[in-house]
Amino acid sequence: MNPLALIGRFFIALFGEIGSIFIFASKAVPAVITPPIYLRLIVQQMMRIGYFSLPVVGLTAFFTGGALALQIFIGSDIGAQSLVPQIVVLGITRELGPVMAGLMVAGRVSAAIAAELGTMRVTEQIDALVTLSTNPFKYLVAPRLIAAVLTMPILVAIADIIGVMGGWVVGVYSLDFNSAIYLKNTVNGLETGDVTSGLYKAAVFGFIIALMGCFHGYNSKGGAQGVGAATTNAVVSAAILILAANYVMTAMFFGGGR
Amino acid sequence: MTPKIEAKGVFKRFGAKVVLDGLDLTVMPGESMVIIGGSGTGKSVTIKSVLGLVTPDKGSIKVDGVEVTRLGGSAREKVNRKFGMLFQSAALFDSLKVWENVAFALIQGRGLGRTEAKDIALAKLAKVGLGPEVGELSPSELSGGMQKRVGLARAIAAEPEIIFFDEPTTGLDPIMADVINDLIVTTVKDMGVTTLSITHDMASARKIADKIAMLYKGKIIWSGRKEDIDKSGNPYVDQFIHGRAEGPIKMEVGR
Repeated sequence: MNPLALIGRFFIALFGEIGSIFIFASKAVPAVITPPIYLRLIVQQMMRIGYFSLPVVGLTAFFTGGALALQIFIGSDIGAQSLVPQIVVLGITRELGPVMAGLMVAGRVSAAIAAELGTMRVTEQIDALVTLSTNPFKYLVAPRLIAAVLTMPILVAIADIIGVMGGWVVGVYSLDFNSAIYLKNTVNGLETGDVTSGLYKAAVFGFIIALMGCFHGYNSKGGAQGVGAATTNAVVSAAILILAANYVMTAMFFGGGR
Repeated sequence: MTPKIEAKGVFKRFGAKVVLDGLDLTVMPGESMVIIGGSGTGKSVTIKSVLGLVTPDKGSIKVDGVEVTRLGGSAREKVNRKFGMLFQSAALFDSLKVWENVAFALIQGRGLGRTEAKDIALAKLAKVGLGPEVGELSPSELSGGMQKRVGLARAIAAEPEIIFFDEPTTGLDPIMADVINDLIVTTVKDMGVTTLSITHDMASARKIADKIAMLYKGKIIWSGRKEDIDKSGNPYVDQFIHGRAEGPIKMEVGR
């Protein structure tokens, strides 16, 4: 095959996909803000997306914080006592907390949403919703979007705390730092903006996670294989979009370049 | 009298494949219309076009004299309140109990309270021969025939004016298929509703139809009263109702 045609086909498919995502989002967002609001479903999804993600997010944050402390200690000659806690807390709250939590929840939740909606699509359950005069965007998509945007910041706040604790555990028990000084340096190194910027990121990541899960699930076709592809695509696209959005938001909050 | 459903010159294609090629169909109030035709002749797309699940490229579809092809949002939901549909695979919501499935349109669409809706749901389940204990089960615990019955109960729960049946007997053994056919006939007669069904099962078509229309390559090539189908004089219809491999209809084997 002509390699140029191949490249062209790839970009047409790519831009087509981007366009479809925007069209999907332009239907999903109005569904979020107009009645009917299904409170029962939102609470149910908050449990699934938020509460049941706690163990995986907590463990990830703990080990990330610990490894970060160790790396900084190895890399610093003098002043490790104050350097380690400050860099750990900044690294966790600004970047690693939201990104690691976002990626882990993308793996858990985007996949689950895509598989569920994909199965509903191929078994005609989404069509059935329409025939029962229920808008699938309001009944299926909106509750998941709302739940993800609300719970992700809470998850990340918890991840921040556990991540800092991971650094503290390594600092105090492995690197023989003084516990009180470690905590004092942590607080000294921290400003409100460090935490809130991470929480804003988390809300955006939550939107991406639910949107990608819903988009790929809603549009899946072709039986079990189609649902499988939808699940994979949901996780991969959510992860890439999270990393890209993270860069853009970091540049926005903390200024790009010098 | 205004037809309940009137489709004129409906045209739909997916990519290069033309599925509906100028479909004309009229269903009068209280009539049971059955569309027969082979796989891939556009039967499902016809129903989905009326329901608004598929938007035709060209042509007009009127429900009670009102054009519905370009409706969206709440206007579409309002029209769809007139409809009930039994899906081929029943399409029950597996995250909900059986009674919640049956009561779905009542709770979500009509805003009924759960206790009131449950009473109606159990009454509808009784109507299709299922006891109240079935209402507490999950759809995955039911056999195919029972799922179809629940699907029927869900389709009639909100007292629709038009009910669509998509291959109501496919995948059932002959006896269960006949039970479902009987249920369709009795429930429909009870309610005096209009129905539009699609099937390739001639036994089922003969049982539930007042009128039969044959769809071939996206067009209605014959329609008339079911008593007349054996003397249609149309070679396509003859081949189909007798299930012969030889004839004017060539199966596209391996596409």
